[in-house]
Amino acid sequence: MYNETEIIKDTTELGPDGELVINMGPQHPATHGVLHLVVTLNGETIKKIEPHLGYIHRSIEKMCERLTYRQFIYVTSRMDYLSSHINNTACALLVEKGMQIEVPERAKVVRTILNELTRIASHELWIGAMAMDLGAFTPFFYAFREREMITDIMEDTCGARLTMNYIVPGGLMYDIHPAFQTNVKAFIKQFKEKVTEYEDLVTGNVIFQSRTKGVGVLTAEDAISYGCTGPVARASGVSCDMRKIAPYDAYDRVEFDEVIETDGDSFTRYLVRVKEMNQSIRIIEQLIDNIPEGEFVGKTKNVLKLAKGEFYQRVETARGELGVYIVSEGGTTPYRIKFRSPGFSNLSVLNHISKGSMIGDLMATMGTLDLVIPDIDR
Amino acid sequence: MLSLESITKTTQDWLLAKFDPTIALAIECVIVILLCITLFAVLGLVLVLLERKVAARIQIRLGPNRVGPGGIFQTAADTLKLIMKEGLTPDTADKFLFNLAPFVVMMVAMLLLAPIAFAKNFQIWDINIGVLYISSVSSLSVIGILMAGWASNNKYSLLGAMRSGAQIVSYELSAGFAVLTIVVLTGSLQISEIVAAQENGWWLFKGHIPVVIAFVLYIIAVTAETNRAPFDLAEAESELTAGFHTEYSGMKFALFFLAEYINIFIVCAIGATLFLGGWMPFHIGSWEAFNHIMDYIPSSIWFMGKTFFLIFLIMWFRWTFPRLRVDQLLNLEWKYLLPISLFNLLLVTVVAIMGWHF
Amino acid sequence: MFLKDYISDVYNGVASLLKGMRKTGYYFTHSKEIITEQYPDNRATLKLADRFKGEVVMPHDDNNEHTCTGCTACELACPNGTIKIITKFDITPEGKKKKAIDAFIYRLEMCTLCNLCITACPSDAIKMVPNFEHSVFDRSKLTKILNKPGSKIKEGIE
Repeated sequence: MYNETEIIKDTTELGPDGELVINMGPQHPATHGVLHLVVTLNGETIKKIEPHLGYIHRSIEKMCERLTYRQFIYVTSRMDYLSSHINNTACALLVEKGMQIEVPERAKVVRTILNELTRIASHELWIGAMAMDLGAFTPFFYAFREREMITDIMEDTCGARLTMNYIVPGGLMYDIHPAFQTNVKAFIKQFKEKVTEYEDLVTGNVIFQSRTKGVGVLTAEDAISYGCTGPVARASGVSCDMRKIAPYDAYDRVEFDEVIETDGDSFTRYLVRVKEMNQSIRIIEQLIDNIPEGEFVGKTKNVLKLAKGEFYQRVETARGELGVYIVSEGGTTPYRIKFRSPGFSNLSVLNHISKGSMIGDLMATMGTLDLVIPDIDR
Repeated sequence: MLSLESITKTTQDWLLAKFDPTIALAIECVIVILLCITLFAVLGLVLVLLERKVAARIQIRLGPNRVGPGGIFQTAADTLKLIMKEGLTPDTADKFLFNLAPFVVMMVAMLLLAPIAFAKNFQIWDINIGVLYISSVSSLSVIGILMAGWASNNKYSLLGAMRSGAQIVSYELSAGFAVLTIVVLTGSLQISEIVAAQENGWWLFKGHIPVVIAFVLYIIAVTAETNRAPFDLAEAESELTAGFHTEYSGMKFALFFLAEYINIFIVCAIGATLFLGGWMPFHIGSWEAFNHIMDYIPSSIWFMGKTFFLIFLIMWFRWTFPRLRVDQLLNLEWKYLLPISLFNLLLVTVVAIMGWHF
Repeated sequence: MFLKDYISDVYNGVASLLKGMRKTGYYFTHSKEIITEQYPDNRATLKLADRFKGEVVMPHDDNNEHTCTGCTACELACPNGTIKIITKFDITPEGKKKKAIDAFIYRLEMCTLCNLCITACPSDAIKMVPNFEHSVFDRSKLTKILNKPGSKIKEGIE
């Protein structure tokens, strides 16, 4: 468990068995945020990793408890800021479920498209950041060029680039931008052209393959017992796509494949994410021309009150399964709210899968787990 | 025609006429030292700027463009900033070694300038074991890096320094073997003779496949020796924050930085000398007119052009490839490069004995 | 066969590296692909999305009239207490008392730009504008009073 003396201890001292203890983070280029890993090394080989959390804890769950059901949605954008749209959707879906609000078809379809765009944007950023962890700086800029198109689409329609807060209980905050469809189609076109660049620069690269293949192998059993979800678990052969298992919004009417690979190493996790981007494009292509006309927000009461009871809603974010659990006392604010964030369970497996590998492997493993620290800490 | 050769010759004649030979030699030494330091400063500024510009273009950015036209004074401004910064020495560091290390690294880089032929008959010291001198002196830089890593009393620095030690010592081998192929073909260790042997064609072209392989091996090995990506494990940013120079700041950091770039320049200059004919112009067999035009381009420009081409190649590597892992790095050397170089040396010896090269 | 595998390993490895270098080489030689935006220089041509949520403002018309009735719907909708409305009672020409705003205080430093106040407003008195250059030298300058001095409510807005 967490022991304060362990961190303050003179860093020049060796561990009890002569092993080297280094503090990776909270300020470290590879932890992408304020994650603190206490890594015990034997030479270059990792013996133990102890993640220390809490550097960016903002008590979002507590904050949500004093906000009304309309207000608390915006806070969830700050959890996993790379899939803020999907977080918002989860909360909106839960409120809709709890109050039996009818969501118009148009809103459902637009939500689905935006969710998939968010997923692509998140994976694009991840490819860049992960390649950077492994020492290739250039793919970052190529990935951001495509991501920029998505953020521009978001900016046009939602009015913000990262923390959109576009989804409200009952539908959308306002209607989509008139140029939304053309912009999304332009993005799909560019994405299909440029996705081969990642193949040339990253996927096929012999150095990248040797850095990731067979590194950080996660078996299906471990993935289940540690509660891993999302691309991490799917790369180990665990079917866990919430869009397939418990379809929400318009996912029940689109055709797409759940990407499942079985190797479970870092390279497979990479491949799963790249293939998922293509599946997202496929979903968007099916929906973009068929956005139904009509209202963008359903009829809701002015003051939202959830009936007394417990409510749970889960969605598939870019990182895995996000669960929102609300205990309501029948008032305008939740009595207790709990987020089951994918990043936390994915981080917990880090010690298990990188034991015995080298420091360089830790970067590959951590990169492919796709950790977003505010999602872990909340 | 005004050339570097004629300038040195006039200067020497004038000095010998004015002073007695000992004093003249002393004055020449001072001039050479000053020139070397100037070259260092200028090269450092130019190469850092070049790297940033190349990186920017590859990464679809513009790069530095605020200080001076097109950003050409950016590095000068950066240097000014580094000079004014406090050179911090950590409390628990071994202060003497910590402060000595950047100068050791720098000194090694400076020593390596001596046998390089910058232009026709323009060389500081045409030592008869030039190539041997270069291989032996260049391996000294690892001492400075180890010193820095150890004296910093920082675990990241120590890991970086140890990686660097293993890396430089291993890659020295294949770099040495690649250099040996040319020595075998030329039959001399003297830089001026190696250049002279390429008068009718560069070794890269007339040495057949063995020399091409040696050239590729040489480029890979020196990229590793100078701690450049994809072999920059010693400073692997995402793993060890900054490796052996984590604790350095201000001008001491700048010296490490400068030494890295000077080392690149030197290994590329040597590569250009051995494989691309040094200052020799590009000649094609019996095309008299073409060869004559090529001769009009000053030899110093030929030398710099070739060197900068190789430097660009190494920069191109850096901004394209991911970094290797430390065991893969050693695997690459001992399982791939070393066997290939040994076999290649055998091949080139056969070629040289049978006289198959042009 | 060992030797054959070894050679094909080397060949495929080098080929994949060259493929990557071709891609970066392409971008190096094609300057039209550069995507850098030179921000402070391109202020004149910079076009932000119309819906960009940068700052809450209260539009005033030519007669210095706004449409805010001081109903505090926005104040209630705001999740962080960004908005504070201070009301007063105006005397109408008929001698009746009428509720009006004295000051619409908007704290930009606390605002998360979530747009909930805009959707809550029944009379469209406030709106978001795409203004993103908020840096000031003093934090107190971020606390703004949105209704202009001497402004009054538009006729016919209840």
